[in-house]
Amino acid sequence: MNEQAATAHEKPHPGTAVYIKIALTLFLLTALEVGAYEVARSGAPAGLAAVVGPLIVEILLLLSAVKFALVAMFYMHLKQDSKIFSSVFVFPIIIAAIILFALLALFWYLGIQHP
Amino acid sequence: MSHDSAHAIPIETTTGLDSRKLAIWAFIGSECLFFASLISTYLVYKGKSLVGPFPHEAWTSPTGQEFEPILQIPLVTTGTALLLFSSFFVVMALAGAQRGDRRALLGWLGATIFCGVFFVGMQVYEFYHFVHEGLGYTTNLFGSTFYTLTGFHGTHVTIGLIWLLTIWILGLRGKLPPDKSLNLEIAALYWHFVDVVWIVIFPVVYLMR
Repeated sequence: MNEQAATAHEKPHPGTAVYIKIALTLFLLTALEVGAYEVARSGAPAGLAAVVGPLIVEILLLLSAVKFALVAMFYMHLKQDSKIFSSVFVFPIIIAAIILFALLALFWYLGIQHP
Repeated sequence: MSHDSAHAIPIETTTGLDSRKLAIWAFIGSECLFFASLISTYLVYKGKSLVGPFPHEAWTSPTGQEFEPILQIPLVTTGTALLLFSSFFVVMALAGAQRGDRRALLGWLGATIFCGVFFVGMQVYEFYHFVHEGLGYTTNLFGSTFYTLTGFHGTHVTIGLIWLLTIWILGLRGKLPPDKSLNLEIAALYWHFVDVVWIVIFPVVYLMR
């Protein structure tokens, strides 16, 4: 019995084809991120910039979240491995998100109170 | 009994999971909190610098000299793409290790290490360039939070590189058979983690104005 046999509750890891698809998707999403940034920065083309400009933060956060999830699910094998690993990873991320928003809200409030 | 054969004896755990893999996930979870605090600090002080250089705005020094925005998006985008591809390379190396394909293991892992070295080199060049542009650690709030956040990330990448290089040498010496591939899987999890952290840092620092 080898070391891998000790890791129960696991499905087989994806194959090369899935890994290549994920790599290309990540590359495409990064290109979209930089493209959206350039459109918002330069204001050209004007029609697209009018849509992208006001939503640039939301667009970047969404693309970033998708990339994060793809790497965690397929490259870190959370989709196939035991749910215990997912819990150990996701729980701190939830706490981290709460810390982040709490700090932003606190400093936003202090900024209003003491401009 | 040799050390190697003793190492391969399976250990029963209450969860049925390998304790080392659970430990690296717990460590990664704690690292999420660490980087969340650094990213929070960067965001809290974003746009609060009183003097230049600024990340996204041109500025004029007290001597009247004009400067462009300091961030270099094309260079960092290249580094980001290579770091993303390195995650692909390391899963291919792991697949090679698990099926006992030593050539694939060494080739893909070598490509991963190359991408990591490029990324760290990019960051060293960026820091060097910023210092020459007048952005020191205590110049303004952007400098302090930028160097702390990206510097800690770069340190993590460097540690990951040393870890992967060690495993590459083990593979070269034939000491990473399929039943020891978990050693690479754990290192790969850490490497993917530094990748996902950069997936967050890149838009937050470089693309959000």
